[in-house]
Amino acid sequence: MKDRPQVQDFDWPLLGIVGAICLLGLLEIYSSTHASAMAGMQWKQLMWIGIGIIGMFLISQIDYHTLLDQAPVLYLVGLVGLLGVLVIGYSRLGAKRWISVGGQTLQVSELMKLIIIIVLARYFTEVRTDRLTLRDLAKVAALTLVPVALILKQPDLGTAMVLVPVALVGAFFAGIEWKHAAVGLLLIALLVPLAWNMRHHLKPYQQQRIETFLHPEQDQRGAGYQILQSEIAVGSGGFWGKGFGKGSQNQLGFVPVRYSDFILAALAEEQGFIGVCVVLLLYLALILRLVDNAQKAKDRAGMYVVMGVTAILGFHVLVNASMVIGYMPVTGIPLPLMSYGGSATAFVFLALGLVMNVRMRRFVN
Amino acid sequence: MKAGVSLAPWNVTDQKIPQGRLALFSYVSAALVLLLLVGFWKLQVVQSEHYADLADKNGIRPIAIIAPRGAMLDRDGRVLVDSYPSFSILLMRDNPKLLEKSLPQIEDGLGISGEDLHQQLEAAKFEPKFLPLVVKPAASDADIEFVESHRADLPVLELEMVQRRRYPLGEMLANTIGYVGEVSPQDLEKNPDKYKPGDIVGKAGLEREYNDQIVGTDGMKRVVVNSIGRVIRTLDNIDAIPGKPIQLTIDEDIQRIADTDMADKQGAVIAMNGHTGEILAMVSRPTFDPNDFAIRIPPQEWNALNRDPNTPLLNRAIQAQLAPGSTFKIIMATAMLESKAIPAEFTAYCPGEAVFYGRVFHCWQPKGHGAVDLHSGIVHSCDVFFYNVGQRLGIDKIAHYAMGLGLGRRTGIDLPAEEPGLMPTEEWVQRVYHHKWYAGETISVAIGQGAVMVTPIQLARAYDAVATGGTLVQPHLLKDADLKVEHFPLADETVERVTQGMYDVINEGGGTGYALRLQDVDFSGKSGTAQVMSYQAGAKVGGRAGKLTNGWFVGYAPRRNPDIVVAAVVQGSTEHGGTTAGPVVRDIVKAYYDKKNGRFVQPSTAENLQPSHVVPVADPEAEAQSR
Repeated sequence: MKDRPQVQDFDWPLLGIVGAICLLGLLEIYSSTHASAMAGMQWKQLMWIGIGIIGMFLISQIDYHTLLDQAPVLYLVGLVGLLGVLVIGYSRLGAKRWISVGGQTLQVSELMKLIIIIVLARYFTEVRTDRLTLRDLAKVAALTLVPVALILKQPDLGTAMVLVPVALVGAFFAGIEWKHAAVGLLLIALLVPLAWNMRHHLKPYQQQRIETFLHPEQDQRGAGYQILQSEIAVGSGGFWGKGFGKGSQNQLGFVPVRYSDFILAALAEEQGFIGVCVVLLLYLALILRLVDNAQKAKDRAGMYVVMGVTAILGFHVLVNASMVIGYMPVTGIPLPLMSYGGSATAFVFLALGLVMNVRMRRFVN
Repeated sequence: MKAGVSLAPWNVTDQKIPQGRLALFSYVSAALVLLLLVGFWKLQVVQSEHYADLADKNGIRPIAIIAPRGAMLDRDGRVLVDSYPSFSILLMRDNPKLLEKSLPQIEDGLGISGEDLHQQLEAAKFEPKFLPLVVKPAASDADIEFVESHRADLPVLELEMVQRRRYPLGEMLANTIGYVGEVSPQDLEKNPDKYKPGDIVGKAGLEREYNDQIVGTDGMKRVVVNSIGRVIRTLDNIDAIPGKPIQLTIDEDIQRIADTDMADKQGAVIAMNGHTGEILAMVSRPTFDPNDFAIRIPPQEWNALNRDPNTPLLNRAIQAQLAPGSTFKIIMATAMLESKAIPAEFTAYCPGEAVFYGRVFHCWQPKGHGAVDLHSGIVHSCDVFFYNVGQRLGIDKIAHYAMGLGLGRRTGIDLPAEEPGLMPTEEWVQRVYHHKWYAGETISVAIGQGAVMVTPIQLARAYDAVATGGTLVQPHLLKDADLKVEHFPLADETVERVTQGMYDVINEGGGTGYALRLQDVDFSGKSGTAQVMSYQAGAKVGGRAGKLTNGWFVGYAPRRNPDIVVAAVVQGSTEHGGTTAGPVVRDIVKAYYDKKNGRFVQPSTAENLQPSHVVPVADPEAEAQSR
C-alpha cells in the first residue's frame, strides 16, 4: 500500500486510447482545412490538448473527496457563472455562450458539465441507499434542471441536454427502482410528443433543426442541407474510403463544419467504413476502460465521478455519430477529442483528470 | 491525504460498488456502438453507390456547350441566317449579402442602372435562389473584360457562352424564316428526352419546321465545383457538334426585288418555280425583324407584336385567307370547259349588271361589256359573264374544280401553320350552318367573292396547275426536297383556251393587265380586285373604307408549262389589283428572266427600283376606256 498517489498510477492504457483518438482528430482537422483559409487549425487544437493535459494533471492532484466536499460552493459558482453569461455574456452567432476572462473567452457551460458531475456524485453518495425514493429523484431532477434551464436560455440545446445523462446514469447506479425507471421512460416517451407540440415556444433555429431532421430533403439549401451533405459524404466514402485528403465532399467544402461537429463525416468519407470502425471501437474501448476504472474505484463517490464522466463522453459520441448519419437532428454536440474546439477539448481532459484522480487514490487509505 | 477526508460525514464507505449494473452499462455501450456501426454500414456499404452518385452530382457540375444552329443558305449559297457565339453575364443570387454588397460596383462596371437591376432582382425574388439572373444578355468586349478582371472581388458575376441567331436580311423573309426562342413548357413536357429547359428552338417558320435538321448536338464540359459553386478544374470536355446548314430554294436577288416592291404595302407575294414547286421568293408585309428575337425580346415588344392589328407575325403568303376576287375566274373558266356543262362558245350579254334570283349583281364595269365570250370574259374580267357561268355550273361543280386545282386546302408547303382557306359546298353549308345553300351565293363565288377564301400560295399553285394541264406541284423551301406532284388532268383544249385568255390579259390591247407586258417574255396572268366588304356593307360604311379592296395579281411565264408563277396580293388599297399587285409580279418575272439570261442588275437602293423600262400603270377606268 502506498500512502501517496503518484503520476505513475495514471491510467496509461486509457491515455493511450485518448492519444490515438486525438491523433486521428488532428489528422482529420488537417485534412479538412489544409487547403482552405483555415489552414493550421490542427496546431491550435494541439495547443488546446496540451492545455487540457496540464489541466488534467492539476485536477488529479486535488483529492476528489475535497472537490466533493466543496460541491455546494462549486454548484453556486457554476450557477452564478451561467447567470453572468446571460447578463454580461458575449453573443456569437445569435447565442450568448461566452464570457470573457482575462481576454480569453470561456464557455461557462463546459465548466458546468464538470460541476454537475461533482455535485451529483456528492448527492448520490450522500443518499446512501440502494433504493432511490421519488423524493430523492425529485431532488436529483431539481439539481440538474436548474443549470439545464439556464443553458437552454443561452440558447444551447446541445450542452443543456448533455447534463441530463449524468443524472440518469447516476440514478441508475444509485439504485433507481425498475418501476420508477419504467415510469420515467414512459414519461419521456410521452413528453417528446408533447414537447413537439410545444415546439412553437422553441427558438426559430431550433424549430428549423427539428423540422429539417424530420424532412431533410425538403430544404436542400437550409439546415436539412447539412444532414444530407453529411450523409452524402459518409455514404460516398464506401467501405475503404477515398483516401486521406481525397474526400471530394470534404475537400470541396460540402461537408458542413467538417473540422468540428461533422468531423466524423469527413473521416468517414476519407477513411471509409474501416476508419469509422476504428474510431467507434476506440471510443468503445475508452468507455469500457472508464467503466473498468469505476469498477475498481475505492468508494461509491469515486465510481459516481467516473461514471458521470463516462455518461457525458458516451452521450457526446452517441449523439454526434447519430447526427452524422442522420439518425438525430443537428444539435451542435461535438465529437469529444476529435472535433476542433478549445473549451470542449479542455473539458474532456479536465474530466479525465477527475478519472485519474479517482484511480490514483484507489489504493490510498 | 489524510484518511479523515474520506470519512467526511457524507461519505461513509459502507456501500459496495454495483458491479452488476456497471457490467450492464458496458454491454449497453457495446450494443449502442454496434448499432451505430450498422447505421454507418447501411450508408457506406449498402447505399454507397447511391451516395457516390449524389456526391458526384454535388461536386461535378455539367456545363452545356451550346451547339450553334445550322445556317440557312439561299439557292446560290448566300447566307440568309447564321449563328454567332456571344456571352451572357449572369448574376448569382445564392449569397444575398455578397450580392447586395457587389451591386454598386456591378452597376458602374456594366453600366446598368441600379433601378433596373433592383427591378430585375425583385422580379426574380420567388424563383429558386440557385438560378442566376441574366443581367446582360449580349455582353460587349468591355463587359467581358470587366467580369474577367473582377473574378476575385465580384464572384457573383459569371460568364455564359451562348449561340445567337443572326438574320443579315433583317425584315426580308422574316415570316418565312421565323424565329427562335426558349423551348416552351408544353414542348418540354411532350419531348422530355429531346429538350431540356432553356434550350433554344425554332418557334416559327423554317426555324421551327427544320429545327431537327439544323439543331446541333450540344457538347458538355464537366467541371469540379466547390460548395459555393466556384469552378476548381475541368474534368472532361465533349465538343458540341454544330447544326448542319440547309439550303433553301429562295433566290436572294428575286426576294430582294419582291421585298422592295412590297416595302410600303400590306400583303403578300409568293414566287414559285412552276416545274418543281421551289419557292423563289416569299414576302409578307407588314413584318418584323427576327434579330429582335435573337437575344431576348422584351415582353412589351413581344406583346406589341402580338396585339398589332396589322398582324406582323402572320405569314400572309400561306396564312392570309382572302377572297380571290377575279383571279378566281380562271378556275371558273377551267370548270366551265372541263365540265362541258356549258358549251365552249357560250356567250353572255353584259349591260353592266344582271339579276339573279331576284337580286341585282353588278359588273365592275358599270357601262357593261356587251356580248362577252369566254376569251373576252377573261381578258376584260367581265363579272356578268362569270355570273352566268356560275349559275349554270352550281356551287358543287365549281368546288370540284377549285379543290381539284388545290384551292380551299393546304398545299403542304414545308412551313408550319399553313391555313387551308375555304371552298364552300352545299354539304359544307349544311354541316356548318345547318341550312341549305343559297343559290345566290354561287353568283358571288363565281367572281371570287362570298364564302370562298384562298391563300396566295394556293392561287400560285392553282395557276401553275392550269397552265401545265393539271400538274399540281407541292411548293417547298428546302432545296433538296423530293418533287411531290398531284395530278388533276385537264384537257389540252381547256388549257389552250384558258392560257390564251391569260396571255391576252397582258398582251392584248384592252386587257386588264396590258400595262404590265414584258418584252421577249410570254408573260401571262390575271388580276383580281376583291372587296373587303360586300357591296351593301361597303355602301353603308361609305367613303374610302367602304371601297377598300384586296388587289390580286397572279402572273406566270411562259404561257404553257410556266418556269415561274408569282401571286401577289396588296391589301387595304382602293385601287385595282392590276395596278397594285400587277407591277410587283411583273418585276419579279422580269428579274427572273433577266437573271436567267445574264442581264440581271442588282438594284443598289430602293430609290432606283422603280424601273424606267416599264410602261406606266393604268388604273381601272383607263383600262375600261381602252377596251
